[in-house]
Amino acid sequence: MEAQTLSGGFDNPAVQSSHAFRNIMEAMARPGQIHEIKGAEPPAPLSIAGGTVLLTLCDTETPVYLAGNADNDEVRAWLAFHTGAPLTGPSRAMFAIGDWKALMPLNAYRIGTSEYPDRSATLIVECAELAASGAKLRGPGIKSQAALSLPEIRAFQSNQALFPLGLDFIFTNGVRLAALPRSTEVA
Amino acid sequence: MTEYNFAYLDEQTKRMIRRAILKGLAIPGYQVPFASREMPMPYGWGTGGVQVSAALLTPDDTFKVIDQGADDTTNAVSIRSFFERTAGVATTTATSEASVIQTRHRIPEDALTENQILVYQVPIPEPLRFLEPRESETRKMHSLEEYGLMHVKLYEDISRHGHIATSYAYPVKVEGRYVMDPSPIPKFDNPKLGNMAAIQLFGAGREQRIYALPPYTQVVSLDFEDHPFEASKADHPCGLCDATDSYLDEVIIDDQGGRMFVCSDTDYCTARQAAGHKGKDAA
Repeated sequence: MEAQTLSGGFDNPAVQSSHAFRNIMEAMARPGQIHEIKGAEPPAPLSIAGGTVLLTLCDTETPVYLAGNADNDEVRAWLAFHTGAPLTGPSRAMFAIGDWKALMPLNAYRIGTSEYPDRSATLIVECAELAASGAKLRGPGIKSQAALSLPEIRAFQSNQALFPLGLDFIFTNGVRLAALPRSTEVA
Repeated sequence: MTEYNFAYLDEQTKRMIRRAILKGLAIPGYQVPFASREMPMPYGWGTGGVQVSAALLTPDDTFKVIDQGADDTTNAVSIRSFFERTAGVATTTATSEASVIQTRHRIPEDALTENQILVYQVPIPEPLRFLEPRESETRKMHSLEEYGLMHVKLYEDISRHGHIATSYAYPVKVEGRYVMDPSPIPKFDNPKLGNMAAIQLFGAGREQRIYALPPYTQVVSLDFEDHPFEASKADHPCGLCDATDSYLDEVIIDDQGGRMFVCSDTDYCTARQAAGHKGKDAA
């Protein structure tokens, strides 16, 4: 087993994951707001924020889909060692991680059922840039208006139209992340 | 501190609760099922709120617990000391100093800020439960937005009493979609639910549900055009601090029918008394 597989996890899991979760929660509760999280040092091409989200939320109960170049031997071994999460395809994944193009098409993921809309996937989108500008956001968690650099707009509009069904997104870049739940209107 | 994992729960349980909280925030007002654990206190003593708090506390937090507004009741004191012991967090009774506030049946009088989180203890999360006992049916009703029964219940109140007699756990509609039980807070507190700067999380331990209101969410108390919702309180000033804008408890003080009205929010009342306000019953 490679040394890289064993390292790069939390060295104080209870405390580090509590800080990481608080930032993920704040991001999900306030769409568009950018937060910093760290603690994990995952193998390339995963970002620190992306890896930290996986360590904070994934375990043996959460099937994960590694999309595109996120799916390599180092990442597989690292995720298996630190979380034990089973790997799967998009149709059964609770979490998916990769860049926007690799994660397509969105209709491959679970959007929940009308009685259990929570049984839907959360997509961790690794972004080349992440800024509080661009697409305009409105909805729960946003006082008047927020803005976020989104990879595109149409996809998020049709996802919002599915509400209360739909996918939730976490955008990561380096140590930074922002989130876009299905409830947010994008223009 | 070393005897327990940080904040009592094991990490896998916290991850499960954390995933439920995130889905709850993404679907405001929808009740997310979660695998509630046995806690070292009986169901009905805030096990849902305690599990939500345990999943989100960090060592940097300052924690406050209120039970019907009071910091000094058995339930509030024991939950506060539980987290002092298992998470080592700082605790306070001052609303403005707390970063996480766990509450049973009240929203503090002071407006909360964006840096605060309010965690509710919920006994029965399903607003339709007393109208339809079957979970399979209430779930269907939520999925179809079939809330007519709730309006019938409020209408029956009006036909029987002349007004909507529901005075606590008054049902609300969240973002025009889900009808939600705000937990047994007095309807006086309902207007504070919407557009709040703080994140609001609801945990029901026995019923195994978590739901949430993100900040600045639209929350509307159900009513009729000719019987609009009214946030009511006892029509008295506080006997100790003379406040006229706070929710009051009625306290029986002798066996001659004597009574006094005092703020249910002890921190609010104490702060006002310290600032020199004095009610008619103050010593």
